[in-house]
Amino acid sequence: MYDFLVERPTSISQAVAALRDDDTQVIAGGQTLIPTMKNRLAGASKLVSVTKVKEMLVFVAEDGVLRIGASTQHDRVAQLQDSGEFPALGYLAANIGDPAVRNRGTIGGSLANNDPAACYPAAVLASNATIVTDSRSIAADDFFIGMFDTDLREDELIVEVRFPIPQRAAYVKFEQPASRFALVGVFVAQNAGRVRVAVTGASDGGVFRWHQAEEALSADFNPASVADLQVSAEGMIADIHGSARYRAHLVQTLTSRAVAAAS
Amino acid sequence: MPKDFGIGASSKRREDARFLTGNGRYTDDINIHGQAYVHFLRSEVAHGNLKSVNVDAAAASPGVIRVFTGADFAEVGGLPCGWQVTDRHGEPMKEPPHPVLAQGKVRHVGDPIAAVVAETAAEARDAAEAIEVEIEELPAVIDMQAALDGGPLVHDDLETNLCYDWGFVEENKEQVDAAISNAPHVTRLELTNNRLIPNAMEPRVAVGDYNPSNDESTLYTTSQNPHVIRLLMGAFVLSIPEHKLRVVAPDVGGGFGSKIFHYAEEAFCTFASRQLKRAVKWTASRSESFMSDAHGRDHRTVIELALDNDGKFLAIRTSTLANMGAYLSTFSTSVPTWLHGTLMAGNYTTPLVYVNVKAVFTNTVPVDAYRGAGRPEATFQLERVIDKAARELSLDPVELRRRNFIKPEQFPYATPVALEYDTGNYHATMDKLEEIAGLEGFAARAEMSRADGKLRGLGVNCYIEACGIAPSNLVGQLGARAGLYESATVRVNATGSVTVMTGCHSHGQSHETTFPQVVSEMLGIAEDQVHIQHGDTASTPMGMGTYGSRSIAVGGSAMLRATEKIIAKARKIAAHLMEASEEDIEFVDGVFKVAGTDKETAWGDVCLAAYVPHNYPLSELEPGLEETAFYDPANFTFPAGAYACEVEVDPETGKVDICSFAAADDFGNVINPMIVDGQVHGGIAQGVGQALLENAAYDSDGQLLTGSYMDYAMPRADDLPSFTVDHSCQTPCTHNPLGVKGCGEAGAIGSPPAVVNAVIDALARGGHQVDHIDMPLSPYRVWEAINA
Repeated sequence: MYDFLVERPTSISQAVAALRDDDTQVIAGGQTLIPTMKNRLAGASKLVSVTKVKEMLVFVAEDGVLRIGASTQHDRVAQLQDSGEFPALGYLAANIGDPAVRNRGTIGGSLANNDPAACYPAAVLASNATIVTDSRSIAADDFFIGMFDTDLREDELIVEVRFPIPQRAAYVKFEQPASRFALVGVFVAQNAGRVRVAVTGASDGGVFRWHQAEEALSADFNPASVADLQVSAEGMIADIHGSARYRAHLVQTLTSRAVAAAS
Repeated sequence: MPKDFGIGASSKRREDARFLTGNGRYTDDINIHGQAYVHFLRSEVAHGNLKSVNVDAAAASPGVIRVFTGADFAEVGGLPCGWQVTDRHGEPMKEPPHPVLAQGKVRHVGDPIAAVVAETAAEARDAAEAIEVEIEELPAVIDMQAALDGGPLVHDDLETNLCYDWGFVEENKEQVDAAISNAPHVTRLELTNNRLIPNAMEPRVAVGDYNPSNDESTLYTTSQNPHVIRLLMGAFVLSIPEHKLRVVAPDVGGGFGSKIFHYAEEAFCTFASRQLKRAVKWTASRSESFMSDAHGRDHRTVIELALDNDGKFLAIRTSTLANMGAYLSTFSTSVPTWLHGTLMAGNYTTPLVYVNVKAVFTNTVPVDAYRGAGRPEATFQLERVIDKAARELSLDPVELRRRNFIKPEQFPYATPVALEYDTGNYHATMDKLEEIAGLEGFAARAEMSRADGKLRGLGVNCYIEACGIAPSNLVGQLGARAGLYESATVRVNATGSVTVMTGCHSHGQSHETTFPQVVSEMLGIAEDQVHIQHGDTASTPMGMGTYGSRSIAVGGSAMLRATEKIIAKARKIAAHLMEASEEDIEFVDGVFKVAGTDKETAWGDVCLAAYVPHNYPLSELEPGLEETAFYDPANFTFPAGAYACEVEVDPETGKVDICSFAAADDFGNVINPMIVDGQVHGGIAQGVGQALLENAAYDSDGQLLTGSYMDYAMPRADDLPSFTVDHSCQTPCTHNPLGVKGCGEAGAIGSPPAVVNAVIDALARGGHQVDHIDMPLSPYRVWEAINA
């Protein structure tokens, strides 16, 4: 790790100002950034930690929308498991990393990083959530561009995420045996009769929607509706933990299981 | 009736108090006044000619004291290999030089090229980035068969990548070939014993500390055997006589074999400290450990088992390619040969065995002993091929094993592969296993799994291992360049407490708890009156350290012999004190009594008399009460057992869940049952890790694909069931005074075949006829096998 300075602003305006300096980098929990810096694969002369920014700590459900501040730690979101508001999202958060990671890592950090095997992007995309930044609102469908790539501009900060609370939803993660990131993760959410299916871990392009399954499930929300569907292995990630064909197979299997879990 | 103390008691681990409260003293906790820090620049390519190493900018970096390269070690010895293997044709193995820092060539990712010594660790690391290295990259050879089939040469001077072609027992080869040709049934299986990265909890650390006032060097290091390191480094690498070299291995956080070996970093820190007249410290990062600790296993094997029509084993022929990596690590050459070939008879009466092993150089991290070392590789192939044979012959796999067991009355039993098993009862451990594993209830459990959409499978296997290594004269004949005795000094203090200095080393084995149990039992004093000192060549007698499940069998026996000498001398003192004849002295529960009288003298009074010899037979007896013994065993010990694993396979995803695991072991006599349970638990966890999760994978360029925990899967608590272990079947070792056999490696040896046998069984029950799946049985591999 190279030497660096840390600033801890408490408001969005302070954070935005702090990021104007050269060679600065946002740190939003640091569960990816710190290990990368330790290996000297990343570094900045100044880190701006956003975990104390008050606007980024909102956590409230109002009018059918769950607003979660970007600096909310996974452990806080995990408490939704036991609430009536959005238990599927709580379950997802409760199964990210280990307690140490969940007490540091944040939803905003995860979304801005857009790791192709991260869990949150699947929830955001399937729930049709809105990403609110310091300057605009971005629909989930427009936010995720590709592996480690989002629509965020340089130094643009995610302030909060607004999840329309679905009628029913479930997340099923099949873990990569070593990292326990998603080898494939499928989030299924039904809202106003429409079903969205978002898949993480599987594709070279990062999180994606499985439209074919969405059509079938919107017509009949039943595991059997996806039994005969198949995802193409083309464009799927292939590595020592699974071939493209295996991942494509898991997308179908896990979608079916997610529907069963949500039913 | 369980005992409260002494041999057989489950005394609490006295080590735990300091380990669990952060009071352990590990090598990284040792800081010498004025110490400097070293950072190693390691090769990022697997194979290449080292054209130039320019250290000018690095040497001028802030805080840098000196930058070393291979040129600084031109006059220094290389790292030695401790075991000479002679090949099938009587030729010695190929033994290439293993320099401390790379000279001329780099041969694996992680091969150290240069070392920066600086005032701080960060400055050393910063400066290393300024070193300019020019490497002419060469094609790497990773696959063993490719290495033998004209692949790029790892060591140009050898003109081959073949280290040796070993045959055992060579004289039996023709007979074995004939038996297999003529057998009514031959089962053949090709399999891989996957490469593992040891991953001890504590990464390696070395601190070299030269003292110019007396010309002594001290090396503090994470070692399982400080005396061996002193011998190898002093005599073969740095030419420092032993009286000027001290090696200290304090608390060590796990080794599993990987801390047996003498590593370049140890020699470097000692050498640099002498050059700079300052202490030099190195602490491995975890990433560094992945590419600099010796890996384990990595065998590719074809095994054939010949059977008659009744399922009696007629012959075994096995042929293995064993990966040595880029250099010969300390005991690498012994693992696929003498620690592997000699175990191929297993628990069975197979009359004819032939083992061929080709050891191969590749552009990978050196491979050496890892928990079990050769014996897991032998057990895995044998117990897998037996299971396959049972399936082919439609025989119950347990029944097939029973038919071929060496019977209790056949001991001592000479195998066709050089070993003589002194004792054992394989029927008894199998009976016990069937009881504790509840095998009769399996069918009902399988039905419940099926209703849940899962495939349940049962895997059973046996194992035998040769432990307590070993008679020095025998291993010397087999090529060992060291003796393998063990030592102990028992020092009775003036007020009766005891300090035992052992040549063994505890890095998780609980010697500080179990060794006092033996002394306590013998002397009749409380366990807490006995202290075990280990890990410092300055204060312990020359011993060979801890590996191969040898500590209690060999080191414990040495301690027992020294304690017997103490008792013999103490009786003389007691006789004098009580004015009785020595023959009339009885020593019971820590009290010396004169037989037939009410005269007695307490242990403490005798000890005090030895050190305050006012009333003492000085003309006949030296004062003091301290004795040393060296113990060289007459034979190996042969722990054995039977293991059962039940799994559930999810046929849709290929995921394997272990539902239960039972182990019935025969360790002979047991000193501390609780600690033995723990050793078996840990061994099974590592074996399950190998079977389901762990795999060191390289790409064809020699880059380690599993260079961190993001891709190298370690077993975690939630991967494992609660184990059922039993060691009540005890056939005590006949040739050591404690009757003990050793338990440290059993779990890791016995468990991988049980897991794989269970998965293959589960698939078969689901209608998927799969002969074999190579470990680790990841969900992906199992799914691929189902959907092949």
